Amino acid sequence: MSSNIQSIVEKYGKNETRLMDILHDVHCENGFVSDEEIKEIALLLNISKVDVEQTLTFYHFFSKNPRGKYTVYLNNSLVAKMMGRDEIAHTFEKATGTKFGTVSDDGLFGLYDTSCIGMNDQEPAAIINGIVFPKITTYRVKELVKSFRMGSSVQDMINSFGGGQNQSELIHAMVTNNLNRRGAVIFSDYTPGEGLEKLKSMSPEDVIAEVKNSNIRGRGGAGFPTGLKWDFCSKSPGDEKFVLCNADEGEPGTFKDRVILTERPSLMFEGMIIAGYAIGAKQGILYLRKEYEYLKNHLEFVLNEFREKGFLGKSILGIDGFDYDIRIQFGAGAYVCGEESALIESCEGKRGEPRNRPPFPVQVGYLNQPTIINNVESLSSVTKIISNGSVWFKSMGTKESSGTKLLSISGDLKYPGTFEVEWGMSINEMLEMAGASDVKAVQVGGPSGRLIAPNEFHRTICYEDLPTGGAMIVIGEGRSILETVMNFMDFFIDESCGSCAPCRYLTVILRNKLKKIIDGKGVSKDLEEIVHWGKQMKIANRCGLGQSAANPILTSIENFRGEYEAKIEKGKDYDTEFDLNSAIIESSRAVGRFPEA
Amino acid sequence: MSKPIVATTSLAGCFGCHMSLLDIDERILDLIELVEFNKSPVDDIKEFTKMCDIGIIEGGCCNSENVHVLKDFRKNCKILVSLGECAIMGGLPAMRNNIPIEECLQEAYLNGPSTKGHNPDGIMPNDEELPILLNKVYPCHEVVKIDYYLPGCPPRADLIWNALVALVTGDEMKLPYEVVKFD
Repeated sequence: MSSNIQSIVEKYGKNETRLMDILHDVHCENGFVSDEEIKEIALLLNISKVDVEQTLTFYHFFSKNPRGKYTVYLNNSLVAKMMGRDEIAHTFEKATGTKFGTVSDDGLFGLYDTSCIGMNDQEPAAIINGIVFPKITTYRVKELVKSFRMGSSVQDMINSFGGGQNQSELIHAMVTNNLNRRGAVIFSDYTPGEGLEKLKSMSPEDVIAEVKNSNIRGRGGAGFPTGLKWDFCSKSPGDEKFVLCNADEGEPGTFKDRVILTERPSLMFEGMIIAGYAIGAKQGILYLRKEYEYLKNHLEFVLNEFREKGFLGKSILGIDGFDYDIRIQFGAGAYVCGEESALIESCEGKRGEPRNRPPFPVQVGYLNQPTIINNVESLSSVTKIISNGSVWFKSMGTKESSGTKLLSISGDLKYPGTFEVEWGMSINEMLEMAGASDVKAVQVGGPSGRLIAPNEFHRTICYEDLPTGGAMIVIGEGRSILETVMNFMDFFIDESCGSCAPCRYLTVILRNKLKKIIDGKGVSKDLEEIVHWGKQMKIANRCGLGQSAANPILTSIENFRGEYEAKIEKGKDYDTEFDLNSAIIESSRAVGRFPEA
Repeated sequence: MSKPIVATTSLAGCFGCHMSLLDIDERILDLIELVEFNKSPVDDIKEFTKMCDIGIIEGGCCNSENVHVLKDFRKNCKILVSLGECAIMGGLPAMRNNIPIEECLQEAYLNGPSTKGHNPDGIMPNDEELPILLNKVYPCHEVVKIDYYLPGCPPRADLIWNALVALVTGDEMKLPYEVVKFD
């Protein structure tokens, strides 16, 4: 038995719910977890081998096989493709001599596709051995591969630092913030501890009342009233309560939390402490997506600072009995883990499969205890609500949408980046602000949201009209709507956890139908079937991913029907797309027959 | 009024569905009263001699001949019915769909336990008379339009009987639970 694995497992108290951390640490050693290591971990945790294996194989940054000394994860999201990702991929393949999805024969390079890595404002971007390389050019690819061949480390290849905290010693990343507009809540003046100071004179009930009164709703996209969530949780019976902060922003096109985590982590941690005080929790967990691992030291540093200042630990701020601490839990690449119940499963060391609801996490959450899960932006806003008051907060935004919202705007525009605006801005105003012209469509709220056409650009961004978690993808004239939708469908197929049959199969069937239409073989019945079947997704799947996986195709048919109809075959009511000649090529070759064309 | 004309065929199937058709027992005498058979293994008519009303297809398409026959059925039948699992989903033959066809052929003619060492020239069947295998086994509706599907492996005789009677008489089809439950 390897002493190394033993010490890792012991580090986490031989606790099987910490399997993600254990796998994370073991994976860091060699870049994969071998069969032998799986067996050892299972033995030490006293669980079965498949229990370890099923968690390991669920996450796409974990592997059972070596993925090369230099492992390249190149983003394949829509905006990455818009910015020339395919050419970068081709250059990588040519330079390394291996294909995507494989490792080069010498074991030096592994090339892999990955879903949106939260860098849509600086695409094409790749993660190489945990380090983010934004705005990659073909020249840079050749330079990287050449240097790696000569033995350079990945760290050696960092040639610039992004602005703000990105250049601090603890981050040293090439990532830029692109914080194009600061608003009054998240990116306003802030002194760490300003929210906590108020807790001294507030009871937990006061805090919940204040948050409720602010009318703040969840910033992750679903828009559930934060105060109500806390209220439910504080009243739920349980031995222990937990605060989970969702920093898994996996919705393609979202990268706003990255900027908070970089520039305002204290604001977020403070929100987590306030939440803990309100519901009576002893522990908070920041669930951080693996893509943002480069921020780890920075975040740990802030947590340590908090501990030194007495913001974390025992009797915080001298409030008797207020003991609370925060730990960071890494994900390992799974969009579905942004769904709150899947996130809990993942925190417990399991596959990130959403749970059935009810019971809701506020009743039965992490370790089956009452748990609140809030978005990074929601918790950051709460700090300001407590510090400046709910009346101040409500003075911004619209009636049902108070405060400000961070928008991650990317795609065909001059100023991609993060913008903090008050709720109630129209899409037209947003496009003007971000320097977008000749816009064909805007994907509001990422793939799971709505694809809207110019005739809806007068609509306003707020819960009453166009709700959003913040992702705004601008699609310029000249882009194909159908190809755009195709990218989103591929994304949902990759990221489906596979638990619900409609999400597992129908996504593929819908994608194939779309492909058929793009190939000019679609008939109007195909379009009817897409709409009819797509609607089933809403009612037949357990979680938000499955329920919204047909949104891109449904909203684009709604708003861009013309583009679909232009591709539909005229005068045909049925086309199976079957082509005998291409169906027999393979076996003709195998037996040495060459059929007449 | 002349009797409706029925044609049947078995493509990449096992003839089990046709056996199930025969399981209607003595009702086959009623069937003869109701319909006339054209191209079908039942009466051994090899080619269509006239336009048919109903074509019943057993099995999916695994080779080029299956495709030609199926297309011929589509051309000569007003209504096509996929009968049984293989016609509807590809069935057992479709188990090869996850294996490249070249590997399948090598296993069958070169590396299999009964051929290994007995085929030194590495010959694979390739006579012009032989149909050529498709890259995968296709369910019928992925090749031509299919109007109705009768599930089962094989579909129960009662299901086939009820469906045929409904098609011929135009009455609503009886689908009691017993004839569509499979476990």
